[in-house]
Amino acid sequence: MYYRESGDFKTSYQADNQFISVYQDKILVSIIIFLFWLVLPLSVSEFTFQAILIPFVIYSTAALGLNILTGYAGQISLGTGAFMGVGAYSCYKLVTYFPEVNILIIVLLSGLFSSIIGVLFGLPSLKIKGFYLAIATLAAQFFLIWIFEKVAWLYNYNNSGAIEVPTSTSFNFVVTGPSASSITKYYIVLIICSLMTLITINLIRGRFGRVWQSVRDNDISSEIIGINILHAKISAFAISSYVIGVSGAMLVFFWKGAAEANLFDIGLSFRILFMVIIGGLGSVLGAFFGAFFIVVLPVLINVVPQFMGLAVASETVEHVNLIIIGSLIIAILIIEPHGLSRLWSIGREKLRLWPFPH
Amino acid sequence: MNASLAPDNIQPTSPSGNTLLEVDQISLSFGGVKALQDVSFSVEEKQITAIIGPNGAGKTSMLNVINGFYHPQQGQIHFKGLHRKQMRPHEAAVQGIARTFQNVALFKGMSTLNNIMAGRNLKMKKNLFWQALYYGPARDEEMRHRLEAEKIIDFLEIQSIRKTPVGRLPYGLQKRVELGRALAMEPDLLLLDEPMAGMNLEEKQDMCRFVLDINEQYGTTIVLIEHDMGVVMDLSERVVVLDYGRKIADGTPDEVRSNQTVIDAYLGNN
Ligand SMILES: Nc1ncnc2c1ncn2[C@@H]1O[C@H](COP(=O)(O)OP(=O)(O)OP(=O)(O)O)[C@@H](O)[C@H]1O
Ligand SMILES: [Mg+2]
Repeated sequence: MYYRESGDFKTSYQADNQFISVYQDKILVSIIIFLFWLVLPLSVSEFTFQAILIPFVIYSTAALGLNILTGYAGQISLGTGAFMGVGAYSCYKLVTYFPEVNILIIVLLSGLFSSIIGVLFGLPSLKIKGFYLAIATLAAQFFLIWIFEKVAWLYNYNNSGAIEVPTSTSFNFVVTGPSASSITKYYIVLIICSLMTLITINLIRGRFGRVWQSVRDNDISSEIIGINILHAKISAFAISSYVIGVSGAMLVFFWKGAAEANLFDIGLSFRILFMVIIGGLGSVLGAFFGAFFIVVLPVLINVVPQFMGLAVASETVEHVNLIIIGSLIIAILIIEPHGLSRLWSIGREKLRLWPFPH
Repeated sequence: MNASLAPDNIQPTSPSGNTLLEVDQISLSFGGVKALQDVSFSVEEKQITAIIGPNGAGKTSMLNVINGFYHPQQGQIHFKGLHRKQMRPHEAAVQGIARTFQNVALFKGMSTLNNIMAGRNLKMKKNLFWQALYYGPARDEEMRHRLEAEKIIDFLEIQSIRKTPVGRLPYGLQKRVELGRALAMEPDLLLLDEPMAGMNLEEKQDMCRFVLDINEQYGTTIVLIEHDMGVVMDLSERVVVLDYGRKIADGTPDEVRSNQTVIDAYLGNN
């Protein structure tokens, strides 16, 4: 019983409303933050930055955004990829028109555009639910990709049809473009991701979090306690698409370096959705678990044969990888349909009672 | 049947004589089913009014009309002197009408505390910007309302389940949390649809006590639907009897109990 809430009395409602309330959890979270802010960036290789750390942080942000909409507000969306695209293309156009403005500000502004588009395509959610809403967002997905391809203005009429990230500097650091160092890019995405996480946590534990969850759990009761369903759903679409748009801008500007429309295809939407489901719907932590599972784990599995000095064809490794990840997904969903974050909290509960079984 | 469930030290408050709600010749039908036919009655401020009647009499439909859930084909509702024909449920909430459902309709994935806090949503004003910042005005507001929510939690004696997701609670407690959520709205009119259905004797006694206390302490006007005649006689000052969508009697519990039509329609076959 070293891990416990008992004896950990809160003397004010403020203390009680903290997002992480168990003392031992605080230590754990502090260690993780320390790890990601200092230990890892100062010790890992270029490959780790590019293949693990940067994509992990960016995808976590995207999963966090989708979790607001699907996990908390209960609205399903298959348009995540396209909304990330809106963020990326907006960022590109803003950089074109305002090259002197700091890129961090541009990235944060580009989320506003995906937010607006998200709200537009979220409007049908007032009339349709579940499966039908999924189809409506799917239509948004295809429509937006088509726009990304057809409207040449979006990619500045480049012959390649792709957006290419220009070099830019911020406080004398090269932050985007081929000459920017990985560690700089990593810290930038980490800062933005932390900001998005803080905003999400704050909204979730307050009025907005309750409004979203009430609409998810029971829209009739929501209405009778005076919740405006329109506002609730639209605000969920707006905030979620904002975070998703910011993650899309980061995906291109701080990781890929260039992008064509098909980067944001339905496959990306499903990847993010998998992260949210595997990680745990309606859990901030779950977004990070999910991103780890879908983005990081395959990379780790890939390098295992190398570590053990086995000469296995890379194709074979790739296939084995798919099989392992696929079966793990199925196994997790069978063991705990509520995802990794629920497994985590069950584990915590067990720990809390340990050594007693109940 | 007439076993007194309510603690005898609490007496219903006397009528103040102001009409809070007036139901005026309401008719409601679903296709061929006439759920309500030309029903009129009024509810005095600070009173407890009971609606009784056999199954399918139209009691729930009546509440649904009052809080804007159903739109009657004919008739009007006057509330606080304002009359209206149609209104959305959330507008009714804004005007001060709260209710509970016959089958509990809580936010299952949320804790007891959050369900009750959700009931205070209309009273919370801080916008997205402050909410995203959390520290500062949004937290102050949150804490102010938390204090009110805690008062309700204490009042309903549900301190120990504060953090439990309500989906895991037994039925009796869920009903109590639902009452808490309605109370959190600080309503002027509280509509309770069979608040004691499916409860054991002890839970019913608790619920009776809460209803009387709410009426007494907060001066809330209450309209409740109840099948247990003992409870109705103890709690209410006015009883409206519905049968097949029509109002067949209206008066004090004693008047209603001795009314021959009522005995035939309702008490007789009970
Ligand atoms: N949404 C609806 N659609 C169709 N018919 C309805 C609807 N709501 C109620 N009714 C019908 O209206 C009549 C009155 O139903 P209501 O639920 O108001 O009865 P009640 O008095 O609350 O009964 P109970 O004691 O069983 O709760 C019933 O015949 C019912 O079938
Ligand atoms: Mg009913």
